[in-house]
Amino acid sequence: MDKWKDNKAWFLVLPVFLIVAFSAVIPLMTVVNYSIQDIFGPGQRVFVGTEWFKEVLSDVRLHEALWRQLLFSGLVLLIEMPLGILIALMMPKKGWGASISLVLIALPLLIPWNVIGTIWIIFTRPDIGLLGATINGLGIGFDHTASSLDAWVTLMLMEVWHWTPLVALLAYAGLRAIPEAYFQAAKIDGASTWATFWYIQLPKMRGVLTIALLLRFMDSFLIYAEPFVLTGGGPGNSTTFLSIYLVKVAVGQFDLGPAAAFSLVYFLIILLFSWLFYQVLQNVGKGETS
Amino acid sequence: MAKITLDNIAHSYLSTPKDESDYALRLIDNIWDDGGAYALLGPSGCGKTTLLNIISGLLVPSKGRVLFDGKDVTNLPPEKRNIAQVFQFPVLYDTMTVFNNLAFPLKNRGFNKEDINKRVLEVAQILDLTDSLNKKAARLSADAKQKISLGRGLVREDVAAILFDEPLTVIDPHLKWQLRGKLKEVHEQLKLTFIYVTHDQVEALTFADQVIVMYEGAIVQIGTPQELFENPSHKFVGYFIGSPGMNFLPCKLNGNKAMINGIGIELDDKTADLGHKSHGNLELGIRPLYLEVHPQEVENSVPALVKSIEDQGTYKIITASLSGNILRARLPEGKETFSENAWLRFPKSWIRLFANDKLLTRP
Amino acid sequence: MSLSMKNINLTVNEEIYLKDISLDFESGSTNIFLGRTLAGKTSLLRIMAGLDRPDSGRIFVNGKDVTGVSVRKRNISMVYQQFINYPSFTIYENIASPLKILGMDKTKIDRRVRQVAEMLHLESMLDRIPTELSGGQQQRCAIARALVKDSTLLLLDEPLVNLDYKLREELQIDLQDIFKQRDAIVVYTTTEPAEALKLGGNIAVLDKGRMIQTGVTSQVYHKPASIKVAEVFSDPPINLLSCSVDGASIKFGQNLTIPLKGHLSQLASGNYIAGIRSNHLYLNCQNQNDIKLETIVELAEINGSETFIHVDYGTTKLVVQEVGVYSRKIDSTIMIYLDPSNLFIFSESGSLILSPDNRSPEKLL
Repeated sequence: MDKWKDNKAWFLVLPVFLIVAFSAVIPLMTVVNYSIQDIFGPGQRVFVGTEWFKEVLSDVRLHEALWRQLLFSGLVLLIEMPLGILIALMMPKKGWGASISLVLIALPLLIPWNVIGTIWIIFTRPDIGLLGATINGLGIGFDHTASSLDAWVTLMLMEVWHWTPLVALLAYAGLRAIPEAYFQAAKIDGASTWATFWYIQLPKMRGVLTIALLLRFMDSFLIYAEPFVLTGGGPGNSTTFLSIYLVKVAVGQFDLGPAAAFSLVYFLIILLFSWLFYQVLQNVGKGETS
Repeated sequence: MAKITLDNIAHSYLSTPKDESDYALRLIDNIWDDGGAYALLGPSGCGKTTLLNIISGLLVPSKGRVLFDGKDVTNLPPEKRNIAQVFQFPVLYDTMTVFNNLAFPLKNRGFNKEDINKRVLEVAQILDLTDSLNKKAARLSADAKQKISLGRGLVREDVAAILFDEPLTVIDPHLKWQLRGKLKEVHEQLKLTFIYVTHDQVEALTFADQVIVMYEGAIVQIGTPQELFENPSHKFVGYFIGSPGMNFLPCKLNGNKAMINGIGIELDDKTADLGHKSHGNLELGIRPLYLEVHPQEVENSVPALVKSIEDQGTYKIITASLSGNILRARLPEGKETFSENAWLRFPKSWIRLFANDKLLTRP
Repeated sequence: MSLSMKNINLTVNEEIYLKDISLDFESGSTNIFLGRTLAGKTSLLRIMAGLDRPDSGRIFVNGKDVTGVSVRKRNISMVYQQFINYPSFTIYENIASPLKILGMDKTKIDRRVRQVAEMLHLESMLDRIPTELSGGQQQRCAIARALVKDSTLLLLDEPLVNLDYKLREELQIDLQDIFKQRDAIVVYTTTEPAEALKLGGNIAVLDKGRMIQTGVTSQVYHKPASIKVAEVFSDPPINLLSCSVDGASIKFGQNLTIPLKGHLSQLASGNYIAGIRSNHLYLNCQNQNDIKLETIVELAEINGSETFIHVDYGTTKLVVQEVGVYSRKIDSTIMIYLDPSNLFIFSESGSLILSPDNRSPEKLL
């Protein structure tokens, strides 16, 4: 209640308010505007109501892109989560080793996303790429520009390389928070390393792992730069994920109406998951007894 | 159960200790008998937790050996020493029920289902946990959780000793009372070696048969609670044990009397004799419980000024000044009222003399 | 200064944290909030400080309504259980910090800081940083910082609970002296009856968010208004026996019937709960009026100068506290003695009817 009386606070918030308004709210309103109109050219608009939404939601190619996206995100999570936890378990707990390993692990996270795409294009080229040439030298035909499977494998490798460190860092933080006494007690109880992991470490990491899971799901669901640079959505449509398809529709075909409708649907899906994220976080906070 | 021997143990947390003050634990040479209830008592930083960790195997001492029943276990980790430990805060497997928590140590050691079942039920009964066996351990109260921690140690019938590291820290006072009694009861029933670390003298004295008082890394005195109370061998023990601690008055001897700024307190012959033979700073010690306070002059008493009287519920504490020295005495719950003056009587049998902080006793 | 709280209520997530609390405080008084954990002591303290707002109820300072005023505008100091100090400041800077914010000039600050540091035996540590100090010293620094401001309201939330036993004893004595010298309203929360008695002053006993008794500390101890107060305010726990009065005699358990005498003779017929403190149960007969209970020994605890014997009287558990060292065998049958004039009588619903101190019956609350 005091906050309403404290007018100074409003002045401090005003700049942020204005920036958010211009960079987010107004553009969003513009999109909503486009999604309910058919635009033939500047000045030529027709109100079409929910027609774009119907078209978008029944677009077969959109469904395909959605399934591809879900498959991609699912696979990525299946690999990144256990791998991240494993890395965190292997990292040293204290001393110089801890600092060094933290820095090394964090490196992939610091690279701009389209640069990552570029790195991996070159890395996997069958002629001059280190990985590409090595694999082809072993007799396995590997070319991500020609084979859909190879494209997927490359994208997955790239994605895992890029983002597993985030899971590892979060898991590491979670592990460090467990009091030493639990490990001592486990030793005294004669628990094996696996039992210690399953009954102590994993349950106590529940909070951070949930955060990691949801962050990674959301991010991988939105993925754009890396696959765009690496494969451009090809070969064919095999790596055309949701956001790539959206850009194709909006920019490539200049179909602003359907693109706008699509963006809103996309936005709502993300919103749904954000809400889920928020709810789980709230309950994670409560659940922690110990 | 095992006889635990500490052979010339010393420990420093620094890799190259130079002198005594670098040692967290100075020379400890001690034998702990089978089945006893021991308390390691001392203020923070006295080395009691270090000593406990050396006994449990969580710490390898810089010097000396640890023997269980004559066998050298100094370099063995805790799981190979057959001990159990209860920590300051409850350490449980949150995802398991109470039953599974208790069964865990036995499962890991390969016992079959029937034996596990039988043993867990036995231990649950001793600890009054039978009704909670199917509940999730994480939901129980702090004192129940500590009982589960204890239970995990008790299920192992061959456990050598159970070590407690200030286990009542997170327990509410009224539950502390019950849990303490329960620990003592369990000890009486099972006669396992219990080693209990605490800074709380009430806990230590009610629980243990033998109390080891520690100060700055060294053992200052070992004895029964009564011995420590009646004959503290060091001024520190006199101060640390008892609430309030022992009163100390610097004095000089004059014949059979201890002179405190000109006021004479009569001593018995033996005590006076010891005093004359001693060297160094002499102090007269008497516990508040034994110091008598009277509203009027009585035989053999000395006058003092009453500074305050505090009602502690079951008794009162009177603070008085005798020639500039502050003394405290315990008054039983009663209707006596005191004016500004009171007369103190020092019963000869309860007077102790200390020279340079050490108790003067017959050799 | 006077502070008044009227009908304070606080409910969080459908759990009642505070219910209908009304209290008045005067300058220069020491006030204890005694209760078990989660009784509402900390919540009440935070509302007094202005850190939280109650759902309903008002707070008045010197007659002025300050219920909405933010904590920064109120002149209060607070000490927490965890030793809270600015980790990068020296002890001197820590203690001086509230005065610097108030804009006091340097010489005055210096004088005040040194004064308070001396009171808490910190003079020799003024240029160290908190991590270099022991727990007790850190907490003393936190207390010094709270005292230096000379605020009108000094709040302490179980400040000694994380300290060693002996240190706690010493600080309790020091704090007592410090509180006496101040003009501020001191509020101190604790779960320990012994600590409440040592600090004296006035007490408010809290249980599950409700205030169950207020008054002068030792008076509340000797005359608890209900069984709940007696339970919260006793260590060892108070012994309770069910009994029934039939005309001119009172019956305990199955077969112990004695004639009503002394303060008990005013009791009307009916069922009651008798209470007696552990130190009023004896192992030997003290005087003719004593009644004898046949009990079985469950456990004996000796702490060097006193003995606590836990016994079973039928299905009731009792604790006997006696000065001196006595050993009794477990499972042996022993007689314990009590003087009926030391009995508290509570109604079956828990309120006090008779106490040993005064001889007239209480009005049923």
